[in-house]
Amino acid sequence: MSAVVETLSLTKRYRDLVAVNDLNLSVEEGEIFGFLGPNGAGKTTTILMLLGLTEPASGQAKVCGFDPTHRPLEVKKRVGYLPENPGFYDDLSGRENLFYIARLNRIPAAEARPRITRLLEQIGLGDDGDRAVREYSRGMKQRLGIAEVLVKEPQALILDEPTLGLDPDGAARILELITGLSRERGLTVLLSSHMLHQVQQMCHRVGIIVKGKLIAQGEVNQLGSAIFKERQWNFLLEVAGQPNGLESELRAVQGVAEIAPRTHGWFLRCNRDVRPELLSLVSKKGLSLLQLRSEDATLEDIYLKYFREA
Amino acid sequence: MSVVFWKELADHFSSRRFMILLAIIVLTGVWAIYASGQSIRQDAESAPPEFVFLLLLTSQSGGLLSLATFLGLLGPLVGIMLGFDAISGEYARGTLSRVLSQPIYRDSLINGKFLAGLATVAVLWASVLLLVLGLGVTLVGFPPNAEELWRMLVFTIVGIFYVGFWLALALLFSLLFQRTVTAALGSLALWLFLTIFTPLIAQIAAAFIIADPSTPEAMVRQVDIANMISRISPSALYGETVQVMLNPLARGLGAALPEQTQGILLTPLALSQSLLLVLPQLTTLIALAAVCFAISYIKFMRAEIRA
Repeated sequence: MSAVVETLSLTKRYRDLVAVNDLNLSVEEGEIFGFLGPNGAGKTTTILMLLGLTEPASGQAKVCGFDPTHRPLEVKKRVGYLPENPGFYDDLSGRENLFYIARLNRIPAAEARPRITRLLEQIGLGDDGDRAVREYSRGMKQRLGIAEVLVKEPQALILDEPTLGLDPDGAARILELITGLSRERGLTVLLSSHMLHQVQQMCHRVGIIVKGKLIAQGEVNQLGSAIFKERQWNFLLEVAGQPNGLESELRAVQGVAEIAPRTHGWFLRCNRDVRPELLSLVSKKGLSLLQLRSEDATLEDIYLKYFREA
Repeated sequence: MSVVFWKELADHFSSRRFMILLAIIVLTGVWAIYASGQSIRQDAESAPPEFVFLLLLTSQSGGLLSLATFLGLLGPLVGIMLGFDAISGEYARGTLSRVLSQPIYRDSLINGKFLAGLATVAVLWASVLLLVLGLGVTLVGFPPNAEELWRMLVFTIVGIFYVGFWLALALLFSLLFQRTVTAALGSLALWLFLTIFTPLIAQIAAAFIIADPSTPEAMVRQVDIANMISRISPSALYGETVQVMLNPLARGLGAALPEQTQGILLTPLALSQSLLLVLPQLTTLIALAAVCFAISYIKFMRAEIRA
């Protein structure tokens, strides 16, 4: 396995503002990497630097083995880039738009035509390929965008907010498409998003960027244990009835680090699995258990935590 | 680059904008020819009969603008219309970052766009000229001579460069202003300023410098100064060039004292002599277009392309 995208202390400044600060990122071949962060965190700026569409102030990037600042064409030959809110030539049909991009990539017409037909089928626009793009819905445009980045048969895809502005169903379809393509063609995918829930399941690894700094990088569950090192056991306990004095007894259980009341019960942060003790306590008190749920450190928790710190 | 060029050219020719331009130009062209055809008999008496075809372009009949002047007025509008949304339009549609993330050099996009615009202008201008020739032959009854054809060809080339300047300017504005409307209005404002206000300002400034033109020499100097200042404007350069190229009898630009013109033979100048006379104007015009394009080029190569 080798890194398809790699950055070394990549930095970008706009006058006083540091948009991207000392970024070290690496995306391995064949993986789907989620580049996550709130709006204005520097995701798009990083992507522009990866494609040589803007120059870094300092640091270096390597994409498919080439430096995008000095050899942008080599990178652009190998990487399909879908910008945020991609636009198309409205007067042309979807097929003509793809054909133009194919010609810009110096793909001979005889080769491009069947390829485009195949791609349109694949993204589910087989019947709409000859309609003018102005008649397309947002979801259709986004899918056309996916087809467009595939026209050049790239090694890697860089997708900037591919689900932006789509309804949940449309977003799910796009993500499914991306996952399928990545698996089928062994494509490396770097996708940026500020929508955690959507991309969480599909990314092999994620990087979280806040205010230009990469604050965490790794697999989703690893990130969880990195943050909640000592209290990775979180439980939600809910009981029915009059739990008089239960709270103080819960607090006395060894291993419970923190306890916070909820509507019908408590949220417990523990440094070990205290579920047997909790259950015996509840039954001793003669209360009926509504639920005892283990709450994992989800990406959302991670995200929120980092955001609070940032 | 050729991919961009052909696509842009196809876009131009299939656009409604182009159809409107073509219709306007052809209609007024026909009208102007018809009108000057009416008055050509009187005008022909002052011009040597061998240059009747050039008269079709320059004669002003019944207060109507001559075709050459008219094209000089309409040309900038054509250039601006073809260029004002070249970059800002791509930007607004969100296609720019997509196209520039393809393996093409950045300059091939801007070069392709500029050349496609220029080719469109050339087609428009040439079609007007062919129209003139065709109608002229039926009006006059005999074909133009070689000298006339050469002069008309030079006129066409000058016209294309002139419109090329406005195209380059509109392209620059479309790069400087990310909003299409701002780019269009900016170019139009500059056009109005250079075409209409610069001659006025030049006259006022000249009157200020030579406050009391009592002697003929002072009057000539005042006119010369006004001419010099108005040459800031490409419209003035175009006007002078066309005036000399389409009138073989023109031997100089600006005012001349009666003593200076005394004894001058009223024979037409050779094509090469006419060309020599307007060489400074011609080169300045080309240089202006080149400078405008160069600025857009440099600006575009260094721009950050954000979606």
